[in-house]
Amino acid sequence: MSRWVMLLAFAVAAGFLIFGAVAVRPFGDPPRAEMDGYFNRFSQPEVAANNAVTAIVFDYRGYDTLGEATVLFTAVTGVALILRRWRA
Amino acid sequence: MTVVVRTIARLLFPVALAFGGYVIMHGHLTPGGGFQGGAVAASALAMVLVAFGPSRLKDKKGLLSALESLGGTAFVVLGFLGLGVTFFANVLAGSHGLFGRPVPYGPNPGDLNTAGTLPLMNWAVGFKVLAGLGAVVLLFALFGGEDDR
Repeated sequence: MSRWVMLLAFAVAAGFLIFGAVAVRPFGDPPRAEMDGYFNRFSQPEVAANNAVTAIVFDYRGYDTLGEATVLFTAVTGVALILRRWRA
Repeated sequence: MTVVVRTIARLLFPVALAFGGYVIMHGHLTPGGGFQGGAVAASALAMVLVAFGPSRLKDKKGLLSALESLGGTAFVVLGFLGLGVTFFANVLAGSHGLFGRPVPYGPNPGDLNTAGTLPLMNWAVGFKVLAGLGAVVLLFALFGGEDDR
C-alpha cells in the first residue's frame, strides 16, 4: 500500500519536473524584461558600480541585505545559545 | 592532525585570508562581495580549527564577537547615512569624494575608487560574515571536545 503511494508521489513529482524541463522558457527571453533592462542600463551610471549584482544587492535592494545579515546574526546567536557550556 | 596537515594549513592560512580580503575589496568590480569573501576568510579559520584543534582559537571569541558587532553596526550606520533621501540611499556615489568617482556606461576597467558606500558595506558585511561563520565553526569545534593529537 505505502509502496504504491510512494510510487504515485514519485510519478507526480517526476511529472512536474519533466513538465518544467519541457515548458521552460528559452534562455535570455524573460516574459517581462523591464526591470532587467533598467538594471543593465542604469546600475553603472546611478550606483557607479561595475558589478551590477552588487549594485542590486547593496543599493537597490539594500534593505533585503539588512534582513539577510539579521538572519545570519540570529543563526549565530542560536548556535551560541545552544552550544554554550552551561555553568551548573 | 599530522605535521603534514599542519604545515599545509600554516602555508595556506595567509593565502586564504588574503583571497577573502581580495574578494571583499573587489566586490563592486568582480563577481563576489562581502558575503562570499567573508565565507572564504571563514573557511581559513575552519582550516586552522581542523588542523590545530579548537584550543588554538579559544581566546579569540571576544575578537570574533567584536568584529561581528562592528560589521553589523557599520552596515546599519551606512544605511542610515542615506536617510536624507531614503534608507540605504547611496549618498557617496558620484560625489567625487571618497569612493565617489563616476563610472561611464558599458564595460570598463576596474576602478576601486567608485560605487560610493558599496565598498564600505562590502567590508562591513565581510567582517560580519567572517566573524559570524567563524564563531559558529569555533563553537561547534569547542562543543566537540578537546583537541585530538
